[in-house]
This record gives sequence, C-alpha cells and structure tokens, in this order.
Amino acid sequence: MCLAAPARVIEVSDDTAIVDYGGVRTTARLDALPDAVAAGDYVLIHTGFAIRRLSPEDGEETLRLFDELAASISPDVEAPSDASAPRSADAR
Amino acid sequence: MTTPVDFSDPDRARDLARVLQTLTPADPFKIVHVCGTHEMAITRNGLRSFLPDGVDLLEGPGCPVCVTPAADIDAAIEIARSGAVLCTFGDMMRVPGSRQSLDGARSEGHDVRTVLSAADAVAAAQESDRDVVFFAVGFETTAPMTAAILLDDPPANLSVLASHKQIPQAMAALLDLPGSRIGGYLAPGHVSTIIGTRPYDAWLGTRRIPIVVGGFEPLDILYALGLILRQNRDRSPRVENGYPRAVDAEGNLAALRLIDEVFETADARWRGIGTIPDSGYRLRSAFADRDARSRFTLDLPPERDEIPGCRCPDVLTARAVPSDCPLFGNRCTPLTPVGPCMVGSEGACSIWFRYGGRESL
Repeated sequence: MCLAAPARVIEVSDDTAIVDYGGVRTTARLDALPDAVAAGDYVLIHTGFAIRRLSPEDGEETLRLFDELAASISPDVEAPSDASAPRSADAR
Repeated sequence: MTTPVDFSDPDRARDLARVLQTLTPADPFKIVHVCGTHEMAITRNGLRSFLPDGVDLLEGPGCPVCVTPAADIDAAIEIARSGAVLCTFGDMMRVPGSRQSLDGARSEGHDVRTVLSAADAVAAAQESDRDVVFFAVGFETTAPMTAAILLDDPPANLSVLASHKQIPQAMAALLDLPGSRIGGYLAPGHVSTIIGTRPYDAWLGTRRIPIVVGGFEPLDILYALGLILRQNRDRSPRVENGYPRAVDAEGNLAALRLIDEVFETADARWRGIGTIPDSGYRLRSAFADRDARSRFTLDLPPERDEIPGCRCPDVLTARAVPSDCPLFGNRCTPLTPVGPCMVGSEGACSIWFRYGGRESL
C-alpha cells in the first residue's frame, strides 16, 4: 500500500500534472508535493499523488553510496570514480 | 527504465551481497521490516539468500489492511448495508470482518467499490446523489491524500471512515512484546518520504538498535541491510538514512501539513497486536461532519478477529514466518484465505505463497 513509483512530468496545470510511467500516462495531484515541478522533472507518485521530486543527481549519489559501502568493507572492491557508469562492460 | 539512473546493475548487487557476507553477526540477529512493498521486493528477488548465516529477515505489521481491526471492517460493511456507496482500496475487499468481508457485502448487492486513489472517491461522490464513504486505510504515506480530499471542498455527500495508522509507534511497541527479540529495523522508505527520519529518533532513539530507512530496488535493500549489519558489528546503533534520494530528516512538509490540518494523533487498535498508544489518526473536530462514524448510526456485530489455528497475530508481530503456520498453503491459500495476511496482496503469507519464502530451507 505504500507502493510509490517514479514517473516523468509531461505537463503541469495548477494542482495536477500529467505524468508518464515509462509509456503509461495518468493524472497526478500535486497538493502533497512541497516543491514546484516542471515538464521533464521526475516525481514519486503514491495513489495518484506526487510525494517527492526526484533528481537524477540524487540517484547517482545513491549509486556512489552503494559503491562506498562496498569499498569500505571488501578491500577487493574498488570505488569507481564515475558512479553513474555501469561497473562492467557487460552491465547495462 | 522510467528514470535515467539504473538501479539494476548486477555487478553492484554482487558487491553488496559480498559486503553482507563479511558482516556475519556473532549471535543470531533478527531484522524486521514493516512494509509490504519491502516484503514483495525481498521475496520476489530472493534477497534472503544473500543474508549471512545467523541473520533472519521478517515482515512485521507492514500490511495496512492486515492490521485493520475487524470492527472497522464491520463498520464499513454496515455503512454499505445502509444504502451508501462504500469506496476503498482493492486490498481491503476480502479481508475478513467479524461476520463477512466487504467482498461478501458486495456479493449481496451492496454498493462497495474499489478505488486506486482517494481522489476517485471524490469523483464517485460528484456523480452520485447518495452518501459516498471513503474507507481510508494506510500508513503515513496514504494519510495525506485523505486529508487533501477533505481540504479540497469535496461534495457534501462525501465522508470518511478513517483507519490510518502511524508506523514508528508500532515499531516501538513491537520491541516490548514477549519473544520479539528484534535486533534491528529496516524502516519503510515511502512512509519516511512523508515523515522524515526524526520520528524514529523520537520513538526509538533510546532503544539502542540499528534503524535504517531503505528504498525498494533490490540494491537499495541490500545496501540498507549492509548498513544495519555494519551498525551491529560496530556496536553503533542509530537511525540511518539508506534512501537519501527520496528521504530526508524533516520529511515532506506539505504532506505533513495536510495531515496536521485534518487529523490529530490518537490511540489505535492493530489487528493481531492490540491497542498501541498514539499510533493512529482521528479527524479533528473541525471535520466532524465528514466523519462517517458520526454521520451513520452503526449497529455493529460483536467483534471477532481471532481465527482458530491462524497465526497471523504472530506473523504481524514478526514472531513467526508464514510457513510456521499449520494452515499456510494447506487450508489457507490466496484463493481460500483464512487470515488477513493471506488476503492482503502485501501480507507476508500472500507474498510467500506466490513467490516462495526462504531461498534455502
């Protein structure tokens, strides 16, 4: 029930937005969202309401934190300089 | 991929899995999470197979419909029987009340409808000249939406049967149950998007156990489990944010303001657990005319929420896993559910039945 999914904002009008979940478009309300959003932004949607703006930079920071934990504990895992890159050539 | 950042990199998963193996605790260590969405991700992806020896990972009261007391379901059924339109989330439909479920009431011809959003209940009210009642269940993630529709000048025929709950209080209460032996908590990501990390400090800060907020991608969960086990190894228990891209200390202030305008904190009853102080929300007096409990005269049957042989109370308090229950997979399946944990799609029993529980038993 606390399922929330990221979606891309297509169009904003007053307190609602049209958002796109990888091809599926729906309307989301914005009255529980503290930040202003514009077309192209990513938001987290829960039961038809946007609850948080997501930034790609924060997403990349998350990957860096994963790598930092791995590096802090397993000496054989090295922290990469570019966290947004896949860790190996065969990884998508 | 919906977002530009890829959280499905198998190499990172291998690295994090290796981290977990280096953090084997000296003594048996039980981690509890309180979120059906976590259980779904953990079980579907077989993440328990990455846990080091001696670590258990159980779902506690993470399924809102499963912890909704039978008396609240009985009230919703009585409202539908009175001729009103009763709207609720689909998960709620088949959860047993004292005498029947909402699904049972619908099959008798009463107007019970499933909605995907509180806003759908408003739309139903606009299209109807009958009373429309939104049976509002869910944790802090969902409470702001109920508040938002009430603040948005809804049609006069709309009211709310509120059964929202607050999770940090339940996490604290669980620690005091006999036999709970909880070593650490994986705290729910999207509840925390709304409330922030501070309430965990307030409710659990003195309890000296690791509490780590986790996201829902498999990598997020492995990472959060790693943080919990590292705190355990280092004997530095605290509240830690493992989902910083969606969670901060203060939470979503707009959503919290919506909750605060409409609801006040109240004691709440949790099915399988009992009454937990300050763990629920009731409508403020300014919204009394929107409270279905005062709008309808309810003649409720005696509450019956104990089901013979069913171990849902132990599953909901993380003192048993679904396969510990003698009914699991025999008399109790998703097609013939006996207890609430097999009904709600986020109930541990339903998830274990569909995707399998432990990787190696």
